[in-house]
Amino acid sequence: MNAALKIICATLVASAVVASAAMPAFAYRAFVSNEKDNTISVIDTDTLKVIETMKVGQRPRGVILAKDGAWLLICTSDDNRIEVYDAKTYEFIKNLPSGPDPELMEIHPSGNPLYVANEDDNIVTVVDIEEGKILAEVPVGVEPEGMAVSPDGKIVVNTSETTNMAHFIDSTSHETVANILVDNRPRVAQFTSDGKLLWVSAEIGGTVTIIDVAKKEPIHKIAFEIPGINADAIQPVGMRINKAGTKAYVALGPANRVAVIDAKTYKVEKYILVGQRVWNLAFTPDEKLLLTTNGVSNDVTVIDVEKERAFKSIPVGRYPWGIVTSED
Amino acid sequence: MVMTQRGKTGALSARLREQLVMILGVFAALCSPLAPDVMRSANAADQESNNITTVEIVYVKEDRERLPPLSLLDFRPPNEGYDGAKLAIDDNNTTGRFLKQSFTLGAVIGGKSDELIANVVAEAKSGVGFFVVDATAETLLALADALKGLPAVVFNVGASDQRLREEDCRANVKHTSASNAMLTDALAQYLTWKQWRNVVMVTGPQPEDKLYAASLRHSAKRFGLKLLAEKEFTYEPGSRRADGGYEQVQQQIPTFTDAFPEHDVLLVADVANQFGAYFPYRTRNPRPVAGTHGLYPTAWHPASELWGATQFQNRFQRLAGRTMNDLDYAAWMAVRSIGEAATRTSSSDPKVLIEYMLSPKFELAAFKGQKLTYRPWNAQIREPIFVATPKIHVSVSPQPGFLHRVTVLDTLGIDQPETKCSAFK
Repeated sequence: MNAALKIICATLVASAVVASAAMPAFAYRAFVSNEKDNTISVIDTDTLKVIETMKVGQRPRGVILAKDGAWLLICTSDDNRIEVYDAKTYEFIKNLPSGPDPELMEIHPSGNPLYVANEDDNIVTVVDIEEGKILAEVPVGVEPEGMAVSPDGKIVVNTSETTNMAHFIDSTSHETVANILVDNRPRVAQFTSDGKLLWVSAEIGGTVTIIDVAKKEPIHKIAFEIPGINADAIQPVGMRINKAGTKAYVALGPANRVAVIDAKTYKVEKYILVGQRVWNLAFTPDEKLLLTTNGVSNDVTVIDVEKERAFKSIPVGRYPWGIVTSED
Repeated sequence: MVMTQRGKTGALSARLREQLVMILGVFAALCSPLAPDVMRSANAADQESNNITTVEIVYVKEDRERLPPLSLLDFRPPNEGYDGAKLAIDDNNTTGRFLKQSFTLGAVIGGKSDELIANVVAEAKSGVGFFVVDATAETLLALADALKGLPAVVFNVGASDQRLREEDCRANVKHTSASNAMLTDALAQYLTWKQWRNVVMVTGPQPEDKLYAASLRHSAKRFGLKLLAEKEFTYEPGSRRADGGYEQVQQQIPTFTDAFPEHDVLLVADVANQFGAYFPYRTRNPRPVAGTHGLYPTAWHPASELWGATQFQNRFQRLAGRTMNDLDYAAWMAVRSIGEAATRTSSSDPKVLIEYMLSPKFELAAFKGQKLTYRPWNAQIREPIFVATPKIHVSVSPQPGFLHRVTVLDTLGIDQPETKCSAFK
């Protein structure tokens, strides 16, 4: 593993030297929310070290970037709001209203508005991030959790953990246009980059459902099997699909593994051992690294995407949960 | 005898109710139908015109004679159980809204066993397929037998008696209440994991105490604990508020525990809450107390925030104005099981739903970190069990290292090879 790290570091350093001032610095940063510590760990993805620990509101979970990466938005669930920080200086900018108990959020591809899942109130709240105003509240199922917006911005998807559905919401009318039943306790929803398919993970069901977006119908269900691991411990949560739409990566919770899936055939190709209770995932923008938040072992595992190998774990705060990477 | 006020008849004082019993002989007849009952018919009529299918569920509660508990904190909340069912109805209806399904909750509360059963049978004959029942084992069995041949199923939420899952099991009864064996196995596994193997036991005189003690004995043997000695704690159920209690008790408990051989843990079997709370901190030797008091096993803990339970607890608190107990949780699981089956089968036909619940396809997410299913041989729900103190959970069983060829959840309770239940064969 050390060898791999050295190679990567060497490559990065070499490229940095070659690129020098002509290109922007490409050491990306990853923001990791530590649910128990009320902090955000900022990781430099070049040195793979924590370079800053930001103190934020209570129970930070979902994190995303907005305003072309200038703002870091954090769902501080127990403070019932979304906090906005400067993603470069880490200074607090403002609070956004979110509705009660915000957990995950997604922003419209145009940059505004923001869609927030309110876990304790069976609604999705639509928030204008500039004005700091609630534009609409859309009733969904019990315990709204995952949020996704289609690449064309027309459809917003929310998953509800106790209703077990993916709710399709029209982003113009704010009406639910379809409610698609998936397996128990759906968590994360993710569109493919062409917007044709939606992947939904079901934590208790232990599966990932692939939905045809145009037909609004499930077309496939992926199940997981790991020798030596009890089926009940395989609990899919976070997911990422690469831009090319060829590979998907699914975090399997207490199974402590990330599944590598052929996104065309839906065949599970490999399970990568990571830290304990893996929640969420993020690629670096170049898709060379995949970072995982591990809620029980309090660290972030770094996976070399090409080699499909975990090569480093970075200690962060307690109960790391959400993760997002910046372009710079 | 003291009657605790329960159910929806709260507006009537206990005294008034007793007067009514004398006047009419049947006070249950006076218990007014519940508001949800009325709403049920109204909803059903409205919804048929919109192609919405309705699943009718009735909550059934027997008035049980219970001794008042030792602690003021242990009085049973009015509407316990019913509130859990109500929350699940709300959860089902939020989902049902998207699937054109509606769930209604009626209630048959109180009355003597015979009348209660007659009322339930009348509901079943009018087409109700699901009864969530909080009753003694005797009443529950009589009720199940009275419903035989009707397309109806009973969910046992309030009786932990082992025999209902074993020799007296019935094909039309499901159990979302944890059995005594599941509870005491959960505790015994934890004590084994701690290597606190040497135990002694104090048993109360009530029939339910004896059942619990028998279950503790079975679990101790199963998981390798050494039960070194037992004593029965006898008492006259007197006035619970008699003054001057603590000085006497402070003397009495050390004397009572004096004769026990050296042990790691003192087990208590006091289901009726009559004396168990006297034992922690008063024993001769400083030893932890476990069983019905001290460290206790329970299917639900009012402070659990594990596995995303925070919002679940919040929803219940908003609905009921109190914390959720194990009876509420069992009732919630029963009604959610019906909802889950209706969602997955797109049906409101009791026969279809009952069949689905017993099929391998059924799974319930119930804030226990894994899917819950019904044991096919006796229709008992499988679930992890909290091992807890009153403030917070200490652990959750099954404990690491206890293995099983089907599911580790079957290390809790009587397993298929040992079962005496033949109703599902």
